[in-house]
Amino acid sequence: MATVRIYVTLKPSLLDSAGRTVAGSLQKLGYSEVQGVRIGKLIEVQLADATDTRIKEMCDKLLANPVIEDYRYEVIA
Amino acid sequence: MKVAVIRFPGSNCDQDAFHALNDMGLKAEYVWHDAGSLDGFDAVFVPGGFSYGDYLRCGAMAARSRIMSEVSRLAEAGCPVIGVCNGFQVLTEAGLLPGALLQNEHEKFLCQDVLLTAESDSSWTREAKGKTLRIPIAHGEGRFIADAETLTRVEGEGQVAFRYVENVNGSMNSIAGVVSPRGNVMGMMPHPERAASLRLGNTDGLVILRALELVRA
Repeated sequence: MATVRIYVTLKPSLLDSAGRTVAGSLQKLGYSEVQGVRIGKLIEVQLADATDTRIKEMCDKLLANPVIEDYRYEVIA
Repeated sequence: MKVAVIRFPGSNCDQDAFHALNDMGLKAEYVWHDAGSLDGFDAVFVPGGFSYGDYLRCGAMAARSRIMSEVSRLAEAGCPVIGVCNGFQVLTEAGLLPGALLQNEHEKFLCQDVLLTAESDSSWTREAKGKTLRIPIAHGEGRFIADAETLTRVEGEGQVAFRYVENVNGSMNSIAGVVSPRGNVMGMMPHPERAASLRLGNTDGLVILRALELVRA
């Protein structure tokens, strides 16, 4: 069995309003070095068999929306 | 006219839609998301709510449920398909409408009346064009976005159905609703089905719902 870690992130051109709020909170806590926060998703999928074509299909069909998101993944043993 | 009101786990505006459509003299029927056929239906209403708890992305799971291939079939056949709020999100996720809906610019869940202007020349807005409508919204993720090329096309080809008079959620070009290239599929964040009864104090939504009978691509 393999585990694939899929990182889904909002496209850089789009405003991440939740990330902006978290950045504001960190700054209020005194972390004045914080310049910005972007929040994404980490999805771990357990697979009997990890093939790139199938993983990409899963991302394109459901796990990420190409209109608003980018994704990358890594297969870990 | 027989209208299918699609129900997903977490839909919560299905009854509003059902009653509004029946009160207008249309024949609304509930259809569960796992049903395999929309045979005999002339139109589809995808209602609002929190389908699948908004897991992954709003509307993502619902857009891939079994009934949606039938919704696409009716859309291709030129039948009217309307998606409201979560239903709009479902139709964009299903690729039946352009763009996507993101979290409101100022994070707040907005539950209030808004003023809308009807824009396009599609059948959905023919009766409403030039009017300002007061329609309620109730959403946390209603900020319409599209890439530059899509936005230019949507604007250039008259696919903007409704715009907010005051841009409450940060939508690109104040877009509140869009229609498909052929014009028979329409999605909007505001809820016309909640503004369709004199007893509830607002009938501005009727002009939109009545269009169900005019739309044919």
